[in-house]
Amino acid sequence: MVDYLISKYNYWVYIFLMMLGFYAMMGKRNLVKKLIGMNIFQTAIILYYISIGVKRGGTLPIFMEGAPRAADYINPLPHVLMLTAIVVSVSTTGVALAVLLMIYRRYKTLEENEILKSIR
Amino acid sequence: MIVQYENVIIKTICRLLIPFIQLFAIYVIMHGHYSPGGGFQGGVILGASFILLVIAYGLEESRRRMSLKALTIYASVGLFIYSGIGAVCLLMGGNYLDYGRLPLPLSSIPTIRAMGILGIEIGVGIGVMAIMICIFLGIASYETGGENG
Amino acid sequence: MKIFAFFVALLTGGVLIYGVEDMPGWGDPNSAPSLHVSPRYIEKTIEETDTPDMVTSVLADYRGYDTLGETTVIFTAGVACLLLLRRDNQ
Repeated sequence: MVDYLISKYNYWVYIFLMMLGFYAMMGKRNLVKKLIGMNIFQTAIILYYISIGVKRGGTLPIFMEGAPRAADYINPLPHVLMLTAIVVSVSTTGVALAVLLMIYRRYKTLEENEILKSIR
Repeated sequence: MIVQYENVIIKTICRLLIPFIQLFAIYVIMHGHYSPGGGFQGGVILGASFILLVIAYGLEESRRRMSLKALTIYASVGLFIYSGIGAVCLLMGGNYLDYGRLPLPLSSIPTIRAMGILGIEIGVGIGVMAIMICIFLGIASYETGGENG
Repeated sequence: MKIFAFFVALLTGGVLIYGVEDMPGWGDPNSAPSLHVSPRYIEKTIEETDTPDMVTSVLADYRGYDTLGETTVIFTAGVACLLLLRRDNQ
């Protein structure tokens, strides 16, 4: 039981970060704090994917000398896919910040309950 | 929001550092074959050097060095280089983005593929640099009446 | 609202913890992501593309079409940001 808890310790860290971001997206009232929660969530997902590709005794995925064997180098595929995920995360944060600026220009506040009150 | 401070230390240090940051960014783009790096990483470092210029010298001073019209042209040119290389491969009889058919006078097909990779990394680097500066300038010029043109 | 959000987050965390026992251990070379196409990328990267860096060769050569989509995504985000934050002056 203790062996199981210690051998999969990385998954507990990722689940904790993911739930932290999830709670921030739902429970906070300020719009900027919700956006930061989304960013934390995306970072936890990226960390989880990169940790899948590790191999014991492997080195960086850059070709050293000798004949290349698949057990000598760590898996390069999650790194490639997560590059795209990082770029998508940056783009989403940039557009969301622009939308937040337009909301502030129009309603003069960034709290969710005051904005909903002035819409109705 | 970004007004000009009368601070000699920040201005001097930024003036000394920015050329070295840009040189390092070009190194990261060009050595994507042999070390970790590539187009996206080098493009973001190049964009960060211009953002450092805006922070040190104010917004109006950097408008003269990199206008918004030049930035939109850089972004479009970056994406155009990427699609253009793919279209050249299509014109030479292969698939889209099949770098083996590029008309380069080099020795063997793996070397031509390496040159195709270098070409598209340059396009991606220019495009990402322009977009990073665009997003920053759009958000930073909020109080002075927004973006014009 | 905050209590409700806390309990929903706790419930989702419990479901995820329940699903961890099927996940591969740390550093297992026979786990599912490292088996099917990734050994081919590692072994053939020097003889097919002359590039020692496997991440760049997979990103720009074997999966070049995905990188085209990603560049379009960041271009569209920049255009959307500029369109949103413009003010018409007379």
